[in-house]
Amino acid sequence: MNFNNFVQRRKIYYSISGIIIALGILAMIYSYFTVGQVFRLGVDFVGGTRFEVQFSTPVTEADLRQIFVENGINNPSVVTLRGQGVENGWQIRVPYLSPEETQTLQDSMEALSPLVPNTLLITTMSPAVGREVTRSAFVAVAVAALIILFYIMIMFRQVPHPFRYGLCAVIAMCHDLLVILGFVSLMSAILGWELDALFLTAVLTVVGFSLQDTIVVFDRIRENLGKPKNRRLSFEDIVNMSVGDVFKRSVITQLSAMFVMVSILLFGGDPIKAFIAVLFVGLLSGTYSSLFTATPLLVTWEEKVNPSHAG
Amino acid sequence: MNKKFVDLFWLAIIVIILAVSLWIVQDANHPIRRGLDLQGGLQVLLEADVPADHDVTLEQMTTARQIIDQRVNALGVTEPVVQVEGERRILVELPGLDNPQDAIGLIQETALLEFIDSGSQPLEEGMCVVTSENTAPSPCQIVRGEVGAEDSFIEAPFFETVMTGAALKTAVPERTDFGEYFVDFTLQPDQADFFAEYTRTHQGQFLTIVLDKEVISSPRINSEIDGGQGTVTGQFTAEEAEKLALQLRFGSLPVPLRIESTRQVGATLGTQSVQASIEAGAIGVLMVLLFMVAYYRLFGVMADLALGFYMLLNFAVYQGVPVTLTLPAITGFLLSTGMAVDANVLVFERIKEEIKRGTALKPAIDTGFSLAWVSIRDSNVATLVICGVLWLFGRSFGASSVQGFALTLSIGVLISMFTAVVVTRTLVRLIIGGSAKYIETKKWLLGA
Repeated sequence: MNFNNFVQRRKIYYSISGIIIALGILAMIYSYFTVGQVFRLGVDFVGGTRFEVQFSTPVTEADLRQIFVENGINNPSVVTLRGQGVENGWQIRVPYLSPEETQTLQDSMEALSPLVPNTLLITTMSPAVGREVTRSAFVAVAVAALIILFYIMIMFRQVPHPFRYGLCAVIAMCHDLLVILGFVSLMSAILGWELDALFLTAVLTVVGFSLQDTIVVFDRIRENLGKPKNRRLSFEDIVNMSVGDVFKRSVITQLSAMFVMVSILLFGGDPIKAFIAVLFVGLLSGTYSSLFTATPLLVTWEEKVNPSHAG
Repeated sequence: MNKKFVDLFWLAIIVIILAVSLWIVQDANHPIRRGLDLQGGLQVLLEADVPADHDVTLEQMTTARQIIDQRVNALGVTEPVVQVEGERRILVELPGLDNPQDAIGLIQETALLEFIDSGSQPLEEGMCVVTSENTAPSPCQIVRGEVGAEDSFIEAPFFETVMTGAALKTAVPERTDFGEYFVDFTLQPDQADFFAEYTRTHQGQFLTIVLDKEVISSPRINSEIDGGQGTVTGQFTAEEAEKLALQLRFGSLPVPLRIESTRQVGATLGTQSVQASIEAGAIGVLMVLLFMVAYYRLFGVMADLALGFYMLLNFAVYQGVPVTLTLPAITGFLLSTGMAVDANVLVFERIKEEIKRGTALKPAIDTGFSLAWVSIRDSNVATLVICGVLWLFGRSFGASSVQGFALTLSIGVLISMFTAVVVTRTLVRLIIGGSAKYIETKKWLLGA
């Protein structure tokens, strides 16, 4: 593979990113007008009570709704659960309930049709804690971004413009966040996915992976910049050379991650498939963004500031 | 010669660590703890139910934690977790619980307040008793370590329960005109008649108040208590009266607690689905190991040995610390495994580059490791820094799942820096470097 003209084709890479992110934003807009939210936030983030029950005999949605209406909950969100080994499974989401109210509803459902033992899943979260989780998630991602910026600036202090490296890594990270948010929004519109606390773990994993990838490329650029024999080369050439050096490693590492994730997607348990799917998309985006977003951006920046040096 | 000595030195250390990890892992007494999402159970997050501008002291939270801990211990759940989260929250985790509603009641119920019939004798404050309300051993004995081994168990004195704290409606500290403090209480309307009857027939006897089977006050019944209203008098200071009133009202918890969040996971759900995922993950890891051998040949074999060592070491640390495995924690482990693989890939690609340039195998190995080290160090330290941020913020998430992720990820990264660099390097140098002359004639062994 020839990388001599790698960054020269950066407009293509930016366009690909742009199209994917734009599709994601379209999905968010579509979701906003159909569901009322850019993606469905689970009770972990907005508070409320969620039941996941499996009945031993089939029940109708109307009967199930009736139970909640009788207990003063007028508009429960009721969906069927599907998956391996799940029969007569339902998910019901209602506003925050006290443990006593939860128990009453559980008893009423038991009376409708016996629940399969040990398969009940109930999550309740007060709106206050839900809001706090949402806020903490935002703050954690923001603080992580800031720290990455400073960390890279310190690690790259010997090369000119360390700030650029830090900022480009953070932009790559935001790129990946936008990609997975768009993906989740799309899936939430099509399949009714909800963001739960596990999603947060997926986001953090993607951020970690993406950062690792970006630092490996940047490290190579730093190394090549420091070699005396490269002194006559333009920045663009050095970047091309560095991408060529690390490309194989990126592909192999990505492939290793794919082995594990595809295997879980194919053979794993249903509850975490959505989580793994988000990871899958996120890690792909992470590798893409370090090679095709963060790195070319360094060159774009260099040329915007210093047009005369352009190759 | 000197270099060889260094390699052998590291090999010795690796063998020792390997032996220690094997010894820890085979110890069946300390299996790796599984979180609620993996084995089912109940998680409850409690928050101090006081206005936001009221201070809650750490001491109050710690006391509340201890009291809840005693109560959940009485449930007979294995390895319950009760911990203070942040400034005004307590997280309770009860793995494998089958009747969560009882547990929620028990945790939230402030404390078991009982009025016992101690006949004609007043009981000493702080004494442990057993009552007819339930036959559980006295929690105050458990706290003092008097109930531990079955044979050393000394049965606390038994008394008949007259009524429980549920019969009380209110309790407030009051002060007489003479500066004496007492506690005024009101009973639930349906208990008034019973209590009037009881006090009429037991005048002059002692009605001892016990909280979680520990005597807190032993007042004498001076007269029939009519109309559901009465007082407890004694030589109380202002603080004591205040405390007694509070205990009567809220039980022994120093602050009232309300439930902020509960998570109830059916045992089957936890085990079944996750079992499948773990097996699938193992298949995936196996494929990675095979891929490494297929692609990097002899180097891949070394990397796989180092990866096997890496996993063993991780499990040993999980058992030793101990680390509770949840889905996020397993994800953290898988991510760090990915980084361990990546570190090996970085090194081997460098070595292959060097070989391609015409460098001899032995110096190529050394250059490869030293050049790749910079990237490995930079990216892994960045991950560790992020883990630090997550650990700090994970505290305020209420649920400790993000902390679990940060914990296994950072343990994994630290271990992988050791295994992917030191272990792989030692193996590669000793085995591949040691027979470099032979291997250089068989390029296919290196995949180069």
